[in-house]
Amino acid sequence: MARFQQNRLPTGGRIDRNRRFSFSFDGEEMHGYAGDTLASALLANDVRLVGRSFKYHRPRGIFSAGAEEPNALVQLGEGAYSEPNMKATQVELYEGLKSSSQNRWPSLRFDIGSINSAASRLIPAGFYYKTFMWPASMWMTYEKWIRKSAGLGRSPDRPDPDRYEHRYAHCDVLIVGAGPAGLAAALAAGRSGARVIVADDQSEFGGSLLSHPAEINGTSALDWSGTVAEELNNLSNVTVLPRTTVTGYYDYNYLVAVERVTDHLPPGTGGNLPRQRLWKIRAARVVLAAGAIERGLVFADNDRPGVMQAGAVRSYINRYSVLPASNMVVFTNNDSAYRTAIDAAENGATVTVIDIRTSPRGTLIDKAEEANIMVYRGSAISAVYGHRGIRGVEVRRLNRAGHGVMRSSRTRIDCAIVASSGGWTPTVHLHSQARGKLDYDETIAAYVPGAGVNINPHRSAGACNGSLDLRKCLAEGLQAGQAAAAEAGYDVVMPEIPSVVAGSEGPMRVMWAIPCKHPVGRGPKKHFHELQNDSTVGDIHLAVREGYSSVEHLKRYTTTGMATDQGKTSNMAALGVLSGLRRQTIQSTGVTTFRPPYTPVTFGAVVGQNRRELFLQQRKTAMHPWHERNGAVYEDVGDWKRPRYFSVGHESMDRAVQRECRAVRDSVGMMDASTLGKIDIQGPDSAWLLNMVYTNAWSKLEIGRCRYGLMLNEHGMVFDDGVTTRIGEHHYHMTTTTGGAPRVLTWLEEWLQTERPDKRVYCTSVTEQWAVAAINGPAARDLLSELTDIPLDAESFPFMAMREGRVAGIPARVFRISFTGELSFEINVPAHHGLYLWEQLIKHGAAHDLCPYGTESMHVLRAEKGFIIVGQDTDGAVTPDDLGMDWIVSKKKEDFIGKRSLSRSDTARAGRKQLVGLLTEDPREVLPEGAHIVAELKDKPPMPMLGHVTSSYMSPNVGRSIAMALLRDGRNRMGERVSLRLMDGRTVNATVVDPVFYDKEGVRARG
Amino acid sequence: MLLINCPWCGVRNLQEFSCHGQAHIQRPQDPAQVSDEQWGDYIFFRDNPKGIHYERWVHSHGCRRWFNAARDTVSDEFLGTYKPGESPPSVGPAHGGDD
Repeated sequence: MARFQQNRLPTGGRIDRNRRFSFSFDGEEMHGYAGDTLASALLANDVRLVGRSFKYHRPRGIFSAGAEEPNALVQLGEGAYSEPNMKATQVELYEGLKSSSQNRWPSLRFDIGSINSAASRLIPAGFYYKTFMWPASMWMTYEKWIRKSAGLGRSPDRPDPDRYEHRYAHCDVLIVGAGPAGLAAALAAGRSGARVIVADDQSEFGGSLLSHPAEINGTSALDWSGTVAEELNNLSNVTVLPRTTVTGYYDYNYLVAVERVTDHLPPGTGGNLPRQRLWKIRAARVVLAAGAIERGLVFADNDRPGVMQAGAVRSYINRYSVLPASNMVVFTNNDSAYRTAIDAAENGATVTVIDIRTSPRGTLIDKAEEANIMVYRGSAISAVYGHRGIRGVEVRRLNRAGHGVMRSSRTRIDCAIVASSGGWTPTVHLHSQARGKLDYDETIAAYVPGAGVNINPHRSAGACNGSLDLRKCLAEGLQAGQAAAAEAGYDVVMPEIPSVVAGSEGPMRVMWAIPCKHPVGRGPKKHFHELQNDSTVGDIHLAVREGYSSVEHLKRYTTTGMATDQGKTSNMAALGVLSGLRRQTIQSTGVTTFRPPYTPVTFGAVVGQNRRELFLQQRKTAMHPWHERNGAVYEDVGDWKRPRYFSVGHESMDRAVQRECRAVRDSVGMMDASTLGKIDIQGPDSAWLLNMVYTNAWSKLEIGRCRYGLMLNEHGMVFDDGVTTRIGEHHYHMTTTTGGAPRVLTWLEEWLQTERPDKRVYCTSVTEQWAVAAINGPAARDLLSELTDIPLDAESFPFMAMREGRVAGIPARVFRISFTGELSFEINVPAHHGLYLWEQLIKHGAAHDLCPYGTESMHVLRAEKGFIIVGQDTDGAVTPDDLGMDWIVSKKKEDFIGKRSLSRSDTARAGRKQLVGLLTEDPREVLPEGAHIVAELKDKPPMPMLGHVTSSYMSPNVGRSIAMALLRDGRNRMGERVSLRLMDGRTVNATVVDPVFYDKEGVRARG
Repeated sequence: MLLINCPWCGVRNLQEFSCHGQAHIQRPQDPAQVSDEQWGDYIFFRDNPKGIHYERWVHSHGCRRWFNAARDTVSDEFLGTYKPGESPPSVGPAHGGDD
């Protein structure tokens, strides 16, 4: 069939007929206009069938004209720009747009998955739960099958080429929605001078007025909205955000909105603009003017392509100048759908109204009859004809109670569209997200906003407040805008309420499921209350029969409201049917809480700029440029990039580490130790602080001397360690583990600020102020002597001392401390001299066989010496005694943090896990870290556990593999043989030994 | 996102702060003198009220100073913040929220 916009009306609409766009759907080329959505352009070209449903693969067409669309989900764009599950009703048309239908194979017209529809009696609600639960081992197989056969669109398989950004904003009044109520609110608040943000999801302000013609002040309502929009645009205190959906309402009036900045342009043509912008808005007051969403009536086969919301049909006629079909049936329980009938008839359509009310009365009904529209009263659609598109409907009279249809009264009416209206549901999502209560309003048969909470001050105005009448929308909007601005501290002169002529309207008739000749919910016909997830009234009946009758259970059991549209058109009908079955009021049935986001948000918008190097901050030392040039392979420690080893040639890590470790013991090695946490501590009570946070005594430490300390938490467990040096009378330099630096500073501050504010101690992080080159090895002294005037002989510069002087001409603090067990100097210079120092040491080191080494070698070297790494050999449940470090715990100090806990029954008991060394039977076997030492070998787990390996390496200096482990009662097992069961199923035997493997007497560091 | 009034800096976003648990926990004056049970109470046991809770917070990405806060655990409403050493403000009964 040729497509030539045959459904396009000759005049009218908010489209620009001078800008014709070509686009394609499933490969077929068509045309539309600027101002179209993909949905309106498809309808203009008489495309009815746009997709297959999720579960039964039933043919589906466009249902709505907005964010509530459950059916018309399409795949948009190609390649990296491809995007699944886009609502055709929200996609603005652009030149060259490419779209395709989803969830069908091999084609939309012949979809093999529709066999699910024939087999639907076999896949009721809860089917997956019931069928695929046992045996559990089969779940993986089932899941693959389910994922393949279910599923919506395809995710793109290439990185997203678009740019996204985040923006923060503060305002006095945020107005959500720019329909009549929102515009009125913005006008009242904007004129007061308050900082106002108005966000609306459409490209043009006006909301319902764009689709539903009306008169304000005696002229077209669009003149009024255009004037207001222009005034708002010109107010410098008002920010207008079209194409922006407020998707989340979080505590303390923090709202998140997504602005689709360039989505309406062909992909890749946005220039410097991002594709989308995520707004994070903190508003003093919020006015919700989000409108209302029409729900269809739930009748037999109400999902056929051609069944649409009556309001949506009106929107296509008036806003997009598209008459979806020349003959249509309007099926309604209220007056509003008569407007659709009248507009369609005026544009040349043959229209019949089926009204379930027996005697509807009001201005609109009169007007329809004046237009010679046939109205069937007290009647209902009892069946539809047509499969991939409606060809007609069967109409029968309802019986007196409305519980069934009369068998004798059958009439067939040909039509291609059923414009259905079951009433309007206020868009209370954001109110509910803000923890506002919801009250059931019987006159509109829907929930309306109830009481809010203190921390989220907001008000609802207009249709989202249950006020469906235009005059009321305007009045409420003005009042809400005025009150919001006034509460934010602005004087508002209340604008005059525009005049609107109102007709008389009759009440609606509530009927949640429309009868047909079969029993509803138990018969062969499907009544879909939820289109996107294919959930039917029958599913609700089944859920209630099986006991899933609370609203929370119903939602999950039938998946009502759990699709990407979050049940915008389906929830009320589900609640209505459920309440009927439970013979209780809808208010007492309750409603599930609305959760953000209101509409799906792209991952791109969530991520914003935080990609690649901006994803996680990286800290680099002053020496980093040298590392970059010299084969460094990095390890992330905290946020730091630390060289793990330096690969010479294309050396593997193992070979590099063996080489580096040998060099440190044989000649001299150098490590960048700049990342070590450094805290400058000053003040007369500094020694008191050290005595409090470390287990050993600090009062007698002389100026210029260093001491190792172990820090416990109040539970007596080791949480950091490091060397602290006394710089002056009341001045200390504390070092911490690289990863623990922020935690330790916070710990010190917390004690000082909250427990002992009387103590005069000042702590400053100086980690980044000092660059540190640690030279280790027998040649360290000879190397350093070439570059410094500091006397280095053992007498004038003993082990565990600090000297100040110049190194390579730079003012330096040199610490003679050692984490390798070798003769070692840690040279600290101001950070900006770090690279120069490093390069000078490299230059002079050549003659001494200097070898730069990384953290992996550092780990091996310290393990050879049995030195612990907090966080690797400890796990937060390890005491100093468990580590065999009782020697560092002062018996004389009255108090230090954690002391009291060390004598608790559990901490003091014998037989706790203790740090030991392990030597495997095979010296080439390197145990995996974390390997379990088991008490008893069995065929398969569980096996009683004695402990685990904490550190394990191949040691070139010991000449074999070494390991450290936490072992139950370890110190009493010296010399014992233990067994380890590895992940690969092998058993390895090892001997328990002292954890110091090299230079047990510690003479090398002191030389 | 919560909005917290740092008594040193003013109102800031939650993400600038860290919560350090219940406030007004008194460390025993002389830990050596207390029983294991008393010490256990001090290090392990904390209140978990439905309603007003007094908490210790730090403005970790701001002034790095500690303060205390009275927060309603039902509504998440901050009823007041105050500096260490100050006594808690008198706050009303817990406000309603969704429970």
